[in-house]
Formats: sequence, structure tokens, C-alpha cells
Amino acid sequence: MKFVDEYRDPALARRLLDQIRQIVTRPWVIMEICGGHTHAIMKNGLDQLLPVQVELVHGPGCPVCVTPVEIIDRAVAIAARPEVIFASFGDMLRVPGSSSSLFMAKSAGADVRMVYSPLEAVTLARQNPDREVVFLAVGFETTAPGNAMALLQAKREGLTNFSLLASHVLVPPAIRALLSSPGNRVQGYLAPGHVCTVMGWREYEPLAEEFRVPIVVTGFEPVDILAGLLMVLRQLEAGRHEVENQYGRSVSREGNQAAQRIVDEVFAVSDKVWRGIGVLPASGLVIRNQFALYDAERKFGVKTISVQESGLCRSGDVLQGLIKPESCPAFGRECTPEHPLGATMVSGEGACAAYFKYHRI
Amino acid sequence: MTTLNPENFSCPLPLTEYETIQLAHGSGGRLSAELVSRFFLPRFGNETLNRLEDQAVVDFSQGRLALTTDSFVVDPLFFPGGDIGDLAINGTVNDVCMSGAAPLYLAAAFIIEEGLPMATLHRVLLSMEKAAKAAGVQIVTGDTKVVNRGCCDKLFITTTGVGRVPQGVNISAANLKCGDKVILSGSIADHGMAILTSREGLSFESRVQSDTASLNGLVEKMLNASPSIHAMRDPTRGGLATTLNEFAASSRVGIVLEESAIPVRPAVRGACEVLGIDPMYVANEGKLVAVVPAEVADKVLAAMRSHPLGREAAVIGEVVGDNQGLVVMRTALGAQRIVDMPVGEQLPRIC
Repeated sequence: MKFVDEYRDPALARRLLDQIRQIVTRPWVIMEICGGHTHAIMKNGLDQLLPVQVELVHGPGCPVCVTPVEIIDRAVAIAARPEVIFASFGDMLRVPGSSSSLFMAKSAGADVRMVYSPLEAVTLARQNPDREVVFLAVGFETTAPGNAMALLQAKREGLTNFSLLASHVLVPPAIRALLSSPGNRVQGYLAPGHVCTVMGWREYEPLAEEFRVPIVVTGFEPVDILAGLLMVLRQLEAGRHEVENQYGRSVSREGNQAAQRIVDEVFAVSDKVWRGIGVLPASGLVIRNQFALYDAERKFGVKTISVQESGLCRSGDVLQGLIKPESCPAFGRECTPEHPLGATMVSGEGACAAYFKYHRI
Repeated sequence: MTTLNPENFSCPLPLTEYETIQLAHGSGGRLSAELVSRFFLPRFGNETLNRLEDQAVVDFSQGRLALTTDSFVVDPLFFPGGDIGDLAINGTVNDVCMSGAAPLYLAAAFIIEEGLPMATLHRVLLSMEKAAKAAGVQIVTGDTKVVNRGCCDKLFITTTGVGRVPQGVNISAANLKCGDKVILSGSIADHGMAILTSREGLSFESRVQSDTASLNGLVEKMLNASPSIHAMRDPTRGGLATTLNEFAASSRVGIVLEESAIPVRPAVRGACEVLGIDPMYVANEGKLVAVVPAEVADKVLAAMRSHPLGREAAVIGEVVGDNQGLVVMRTALGAQRIVDMPVGEQLPRIC
């Protein structure tokens, strides 16, 4: 398949691994922020092929994992209302809230639909004028433009029966929080290629400068990831700390400015709770006041729903790269993909699920 | 009841005063009889079925019977490469013949939602007729029920199949031995992706076709090449990954696969990439995976490749003593990963 096979070429991957082995002189800790990277690393077994000096730490870049549990509870509460058609991307449906998931709500009679695009939810609103259609708008900067577009489209069409339950998070504030934490071990970053396709890499430059860490914007195929690691390691070995772009076929410094404008029109930056981590300043997006009619939290009055997480689960430490999934006492015992205690075990992009799925030999 | 002569009926939609199925078509009365005589018998008619007894009485030679049953509830009813009709025949024929048995007779039960267009039912029956002929099996008994609108989704079909297991053949998921070779008959994930990409709401066009087919001809060739096949299954729901995990668990062995040896069609791979789905977990309806002793692997493989449904057959891995109960994939880059059982339905990923 064109544009994929080239980036999975075993010969090319082996050459990159050889180059990595040649330049590495001492131990380095590198974090891949994005869950898509974690998934690709585990699926292709890249961590087994790297020299022992290179340690990969898995970051908090799985939107399913960091969505606060109260958002799931609010989603379930809204979905349970008889007038509501609740639409969501597939992998949010199984995420456990404090007592139920959207799948369980569906089997209890809620009208929950899996969609592949927020614009499909707008179509549902158009086709069902007597129902309320709510779309669960989660994700990083990658999904924000599509969700903003859906809201604007609904407004343009005069659809008053469409709203978003929004829980958007931003990558740079998370990197800042990780680098500022006293226990930080990470010396270099693979930055998320999809997020940077939308946002560009300009906002990573102050981070690289202030914390003196190399950051390389990286694609998602094995050759991309190995090339990104090589670029980070070259900088580390040479004592440089710059933002570089491995994913040139998709990412520019300025990013997709039309998409950025739409996001800015609909959402405002605010403090945000990350599941397992806590509140990070200026790390999320909320729907602006002028679009309050399209904000499901306000429309259905569910903002007061809040909850406590399981004490056993250490997904917060996993998301911050402080422990590996196997080091959590609940991993593979109380917590499995069938009975996940924390969201890192639910999504295929969650570090715990990736370890459970690919790594128990 | 009047005597029926199926020869009097032809392929076009039979004449009836109703355009859609009525509850009365399932009442057991006149309309039921008309449905059977005008729609079912012309398609499936044979000496046994035409007797319209409450049961089929058939001759059977001595030996061992293979018996299976399966329900088909696919949505949509018609999809690229097939429909619920040929699926209901092929699925049950395949379940029978994975034991090595030659399928002989089928029973078919229909649960029809009130309001189903007669033309839809007719189209499904034509497709079943064709599939049964291709597989060389007879439908010898059946049942029809009509339920209220909303009590089932258009049409559900249950088929039951019987076949005779040849002497000297002993195929079971518990028979895998260390050193055995794992052979796959062709590309994976065609059926599941054909269904997924033809469902409403998916706004991209795909050329993915279901692989639905009866595999009894292929199995016959394989058994002629060597009757010592240890295990054989058609990896339907849950895909190849699930079937191989079942083998590994039943036989308490490990299975090691070569990622690069498992064929996936480009269009299927593309659809899987876009939706974030792993083809190893996607359903097939015309493929089989066989585990055979190493010394007969070449012979069985050659026999498979000489059959149209096995042209792309390949050895994809082997049975090992390590990692009991686990399926391990050697990635194209030379690393290893576990190929686990799926937890639930595969869910497309956000990004």
C-alpha cells in the first residue's frame, strides 16, 4: 500500500537501528507523548530492537485514557435520557465510568450510536428533529477542528437539537507539566505527528529552549518512529536541544491555520482535569459562552456530577512515565482489558492495554 | 394440501397477492402453505423436502456423523460479494467440513420480520439455492416463523448441517503437536471489512468483497493429499487470531506466526488502516486454517494451491513447545509480540 509500505520497510528499519546502535554512547530516556506511537512501538516490537541504553517511556497522549471519569459519568447520564441519541467514537464506548460505561447504558436501553466522524452526528440531528443528538467530543488538538466544524455546521443549519459533550486536552501544557515535575527522568521527546499536523511545531520551540530537551515531531509507522528516535538521540549525544521535524510529509512549522482558526472560534483554553494526573493549567479547551446552546454540559445540567477513582489503579503514574505498566500491583490481576480499573487498560492506545496485549511473553 | 409440482414454478418473483410478508405467512394456515409452495419449494425442492413431513428421513451409511448449527443475523442482508443466503449455506457447510466430513444435508429455519418485501426473501432464497448447488448439499427440512415488526431485524436464518466423517480422519483443536505447520488458505479479513464498509454511516467507498464460499471441495483435496491433518477451522468471528488462540489453548502448545507470511488484500489493509482495525481479528467466511504434521505440509499445501479457493495458501507459522497457550507473532522487523484473544468487538480508534 502506497505511503504505508515504504514506512514499514524492514531493510530501512534495520539500517536505522544500526545507525542508532552506532551513535548511542550512554543511557537515554525518551518519551513518546502520543498513544498512537505507543501502540506502533508495541505492535512492531520496536522496544525489543533498540539498544539497551535507550529507554522508552510512554506518555499521556491517549485521549481515551486521560478523559476524566466524571465525563464518562456525565455521558452516561445524558445518554440515559429518552430524548437523547448519544453519538461517540467507538473506543469511548467501553471506557468505564464510576458505575457504568456507554456500552452498558446502551444495553440498558439508551440510544448510543458509534460514529466515525462528528459530522455524522450532525446528520443524525438533521434526520431526527424531535430528538436531542449529543456527540462526545474528546481528544487532543487532532480531533478539535472536526468537532468545532460539526458545531459550526449545526449552527449554520439552525439545528438546535445538536450539542457537544466536550473534553479536549492540549499536548504542550502536558509536556510542560511533565518536565516541571521533580521526578522527571525524560531527556528527549517524540512529539505527536497528528497533533502537529493541525498545530504545527512552533509552540514546542519555547519548551525545547526552556527545558533544554530535544523534541522531534514524528510519524506513526515503524520507520518514522525509528527515524524520530535517531534524530532525538543525535541531538542528545551532541548536546543539542532543538525542535526537529521527522514527519515532513504531513507537518509544517505553522500547521493547518484554517483548522486552528475554527478551533479558536469555538473553543477557549482553560484549566483541565486529566484522568490520573489532576488539574493542569491552561491544558484544555472549553466551548465558548456564545455557543452555550451547543454545550451539552450546560444544556443537560450535568456539570455537578463528580467522582472518586479506584485507589488500586496507578494509571496516573503510568501516564506520567513514573512507572511501567507491569509495576502497577493491579496490572494483569485486578485490572485486565475485560475489567479495566483505569482507562490506560481500556483503549488500544493506553500503555497498560498495549503491554497486556503485546508484552506478556 | 394440494399436490405440489416445483417444476411449474420459475425463477422470477412468484406471483402472490402480497408484496410484503404478513404475520399470517407464519400462522401455519393457507398463507404459510403458499409461502412454502411458491417461494421455498421451487428453490430447494428435492425428494425429501417435497414430502413436507415434520422431519426429514434420510439414508445414512455407517460411520461417524458431524453435526452443526449456526444462526445468521448479518446486517445488511446484502453486502459486496454475498448476502445472508449464501452465508447461511456456506457457514454451516464449512462448520461441517472442518471436521473433515463431507456435508450431506442441511435444515434451514427462517425468522422473518413482518413487512419484509417478498422480493427480498426471494432474492435470498435464490442465493441459497445457488450456494447449496455449488456445495453439493440438499436442504431437506426447514421451518418458517413470522414475528411482529420490530421483534427481529428483517430476516434471521438458522441452518443445521450433517455430514459423514471419513474413516481414519481425526481432526480436533486439541491435536496440535510440537513442530506442526500452520497453513492458511488465503487472504484474511475480507468478509468482516466488506460488511463494515458497507454499513450505513461509513462514508467511504470500498471495493472490499466478502470471501463467502463453501470450503468442502478444498477440504476434500486436502484430505486426499493427507488424511493426517491435526486441526482445521474456518476463522469466522474473532478472526484468525481467535482461532489460533483456541488451538493453542486446547492443545496446550505455543504457536509462532510470521507476520509477513499472512496475506491481506491491499483494499482490505487500506480499510483496516483507516478504521484502526487489526485484520487478525476480522471475520472470514471462505478461509480455513489447518495445522498439519511438518512432513505432509508440502503435500497439503500443493493440494490446496491446486484448488481455486486455496490458490494463495501459505505456511504462516508453526507449533512450538514454549509459551503454552500463547500465539506469538514474529514482526516483519524481527521482534515478537503476543497475538491475544480479543476482549470485545474491535472498536475503531479515535486517532
